[in-house]
Amino acid sequence: MARHEPWSAERASGIIAEHTHLEGATLPILHALQETFGYVDGGAVPLIADALNLSRAEIHGCITFYHDFRSHPAGRHEVKLCRAEACQAMGSEKLHREILGRLGCGWHETTADGSATVEPVYCLGLCANGPAALIDGEPVAHLTADALDEALAETKRETRQ
Amino acid sequence: MSVTLYVPRDAVALGLGANKVARALFAGAERRGLDVTIVRTGSRGLFWLEPMVEVATPEGRIAYGPVKVSDVDALLDAGLATGGDHALRLGDPETIPFLARQQRLTFHRCGVIDPVSVEDYRAHGGYRGLEAALRLDAEGIVAAVRDSGLRGRGGAGFPAGIKWNTVMLAKADQKYVVCNADEGDSGTFADRMMMEGDPFNLIEGMTIAAVATGATRGYIYLRSEYPQAFATLKEAIANGVGAGVLGQNILGSGKDFHLEVRLGAGAYICGEETSLLESLEGKRGIVRAKPPIPALKGFLGQPTLVNNVMTFTAVPWILEHGAKAYADYGMGRSLGTLPIQLAGNVKHGGLIELAFGVTLRDVIQEYGGGTRSGRPVRAVQVGGPLGAYFPVDLLDTPLDYEAMAAKKGLVGHGGIVVFDDTVDMARQARFAFEFCATESCGKCTPCRIGATRGVETMDKVIAGIRPEANLKLVEDLCEVMTDGSLCAMGGLTPMPVMSAITHFPEDFRRAGDLPAAAE
Repeated sequence: MARHEPWSAERASGIIAEHTHLEGATLPILHALQETFGYVDGGAVPLIADALNLSRAEIHGCITFYHDFRSHPAGRHEVKLCRAEACQAMGSEKLHREILGRLGCGWHETTADGSATVEPVYCLGLCANGPAALIDGEPVAHLTADALDEALAETKRETRQ
Repeated sequence: MSVTLYVPRDAVALGLGANKVARALFAGAERRGLDVTIVRTGSRGLFWLEPMVEVATPEGRIAYGPVKVSDVDALLDAGLATGGDHALRLGDPETIPFLARQQRLTFHRCGVIDPVSVEDYRAHGGYRGLEAALRLDAEGIVAAVRDSGLRGRGGAGFPAGIKWNTVMLAKADQKYVVCNADEGDSGTFADRMMMEGDPFNLIEGMTIAAVATGATRGYIYLRSEYPQAFATLKEAIANGVGAGVLGQNILGSGKDFHLEVRLGAGAYICGEETSLLESLEGKRGIVRAKPPIPALKGFLGQPTLVNNVMTFTAVPWILEHGAKAYADYGMGRSLGTLPIQLAGNVKHGGLIELAFGVTLRDVIQEYGGGTRSGRPVRAVQVGGPLGAYFPVDLLDTPLDYEAMAAKKGLVGHGGIVVFDDTVDMARQARFAFEFCATESCGKCTPCRIGATRGVETMDKVIAGIRPEANLKLVEDLCEVMTDGSLCAMGGLTPMPVMSAITHFPEDFRRAGDLPAAAE
């Protein structure tokens, strides 16, 4: 994952301005802000509301409705673990207990060293090859706790390079 | 002479190391002085064989799989570039029984072509459907879709021709075509595979719909859990505009169609069409009351055709080959083919496109080869998290909208999730409520409150606290949710719950510990 930029109202205004011509621009703006800063800062709410002529409540409501948007920075790597039925059929519940135990955090939480944030997802479309995960947007099939450790170590190395 | 190798870039193949395999093949070929071109395709949907590498030979393509990085050197030494023999050699992929026995009308190009190349798409029959459509008037296109018997593949099974006709007849300055690509059901991946492997099939289907209904703008609403599909669609759309098959004056017809792909944000409910439209407008994905129907007042209040990926992608074939040719497949009122997705605890999982009417047992045993764990099959969930759990003695039910409904189940989006005999059906019933509580939009009370009460009550059942009385409560709650919910989320959550209680009563009447997942 590319390093995120620190929050900047000026930069955010620029990103928002690039999207205001779109029909239904709110989600594209929120995605672009999260991609740039790693989260949607509270300071973005009035900026988006002004640009789209919507109320702050509408923007806040939108951010909080969707599971994807976060209002605080996450860990360096984002680990999405599939909790849906097809992965359950391959023992995902037990696997997730082991993974969360190793990482020492719970769902929606970040590890103590800030290396990873774990989010639950309901289906990644890798249902014939479960348990499945998405690590920084890269799919992992036939996931094991060791494979996750390895993948995180690998992405750490790539980040350092 | 340059050798062409095909390595999938489908998410499953990537999840099993396809990028590393592609890099190793390239490097290994270079070391041996072999001139290779690597084409990144989609997947053919034989997922236990991924990454499946193919090579073009004078006798046709030869496949190898599943290929690991550690196999690459041995494969190259065995003469992979000329189709040489090796333990992983599968021969002509089209003769692999899993694929050879299918009826691939919609998926025939998937895994074969370069997904983002208009040229490759056209070389494999692409855009013949649109060309045929452009020779007809709008009524003629809609008649072809109607006469084919095509029903909405998203789950509801509504006749596509009727929807298309309503939008066509609506009067408005701006109409829209919207593709529901929010494929959230667990056990389904046909949309993802299509968008990653043959996105122009979707683009062509949507373009035909635009021509038929008079829409000039379109959106693909894609779930954010599919970043690979997002990248592929964006690339395909840009190439389509460049090649004159999208944008202004498509194929020189004088008609315009501007298409954009939009990302959802992790809300399952946005697969419900009115919630999807709210989300596309930039709002919370709250379900709308119907009427008005989206065909008359949809995106931004304008007439909008909303169809699933699999509905749109059936259309080019129908226009090219004729409505009757499509309707010749299938049974009863379920005509054409169904892309079945076989998943969960299964040995040979993947995409199986067959005419409606095949039995669940045939799919699981003949194609799937039983469970991956090797244990006996105990339960099968068909049609996603809102679909019923079937026991083994119901597996002779044919996949057909009416036949499934008669057994209190649904076809849904065609996903089949297999569970072995270690499954605890009380836990699965609890999960159905938990999922509904997590994903409910919150607009109607039966769904918003009912799901949470359902989790609590199931916890009592699982803990052995007055199981008979609490199961009675669950049944009563399910009745209220079925009758009183605004959309299928709350309305169908009772289906997995009640089917589990009905078919697996023994799992609900034994005391146990509270599940660890009850956080």
